[in-house]
Amino acid sequence: MLTLSEFISYFEDSALADNIRENDLLFPLIESVHVVSICLVVGSILVIDLRLLGLASLNRPVGRITNAILPLTWSAFAVAAASGLLLFISNATKYLENGYFLAKVLLICAAGLNMVVFHGISAKDLPRWENEAALPLPARLAGGLSILLWVAVVACGRWIGFTMQVH
Amino acid sequence: MIGAGLSELCNWLAATPLSQTIRAAGWIIPTLQTIHILSVAVVFSSAILVDLRIWRLLERDVPLGEITRRFLPTIWPVLFILLTTGSLLIVGEPRRSLLNSTFYFKMALLAVAIVLTVALQRSTSSSPSFWDGTRIRRIAGRFAASVSILVWCGILFAGRWIAYTQAG
Repeated sequence: MLTLSEFISYFEDSALADNIRENDLLFPLIESVHVVSICLVVGSILVIDLRLLGLASLNRPVGRITNAILPLTWSAFAVAAASGLLLFISNATKYLENGYFLAKVLLICAAGLNMVVFHGISAKDLPRWENEAALPLPARLAGGLSILLWVAVVACGRWIGFTMQVH
Repeated sequence: MIGAGLSELCNWLAATPLSQTIRAAGWIIPTLQTIHILSVAVVFSSAILVDLRIWRLLERDVPLGEITRRFLPTIWPVLFILLTTGSLLIVGEPRRSLLNSTFYFKMALLAVAIVLTVALQRSTSSSPSFWDGTRIRRIAGRFAASVSILVWCGILFAGRWIAYTQAG
């Protein structure tokens, strides 16, 4: 049976991981793409969160805003996840030993869960209240929680750089 | 000549009590960087959303003027937070930026981004559908939006690259 550490080292020992680790340009390049895409994820989600909290874009129905913004959010998230995966496999063992990395992954899952709960449960009767400025409590909670989680994700991301030497 | 003066300035800055405080506690620099990145996320996304609207990729049913009024005014107070956290980071580690050509490249790109944003905000506040008007204006608008996207991405890339090109 394949153990987790064998699975991890399969990727970490690959030629791709080796290139990212050794090439002076590749690591910062992928990191920059990661930063750009995370900024788009966080910034675009904030537009939705502030609307849910009743703090911005009050004259627009919630559904119109999510329709306009979420395609950008998801595209950016795909790029962030792909670039993050490339950075991860370059030093997988070290990342897995880093508490901030593990916290970051868990926080992203929590942000995803928050979104699933909102769209799946709280937003079931969206058309009834999406035009109002002050939204029901579950919607406001989802917006507030999302902001807190994404701030924590970015903070953990930055802290990884100070607690783990990859170069 | 300039290099020597800058190096002296860095030494002076690094010796100030503020600089020593910033460096002394391990959590201050990552905290400043986190606030800095979150602010970048707000400014960058605001600019990109407006650029994408100019390309008619989202909110096509809303006049451009309304989109710029919704997103661009946020940029200015957040830019102030960016300048503050950025300045504190420079005071904490002056050599990291002031003796680093990547930092000056980033500032030059920022100047271009600011000029573009002001021009866009002004043109759409006086006539909301200015860039949707004639064919020439549509093309010019899309050109400006593309330049804006490239310049903002350049700023973020340069920001990350400062860490890799800093003087010893």
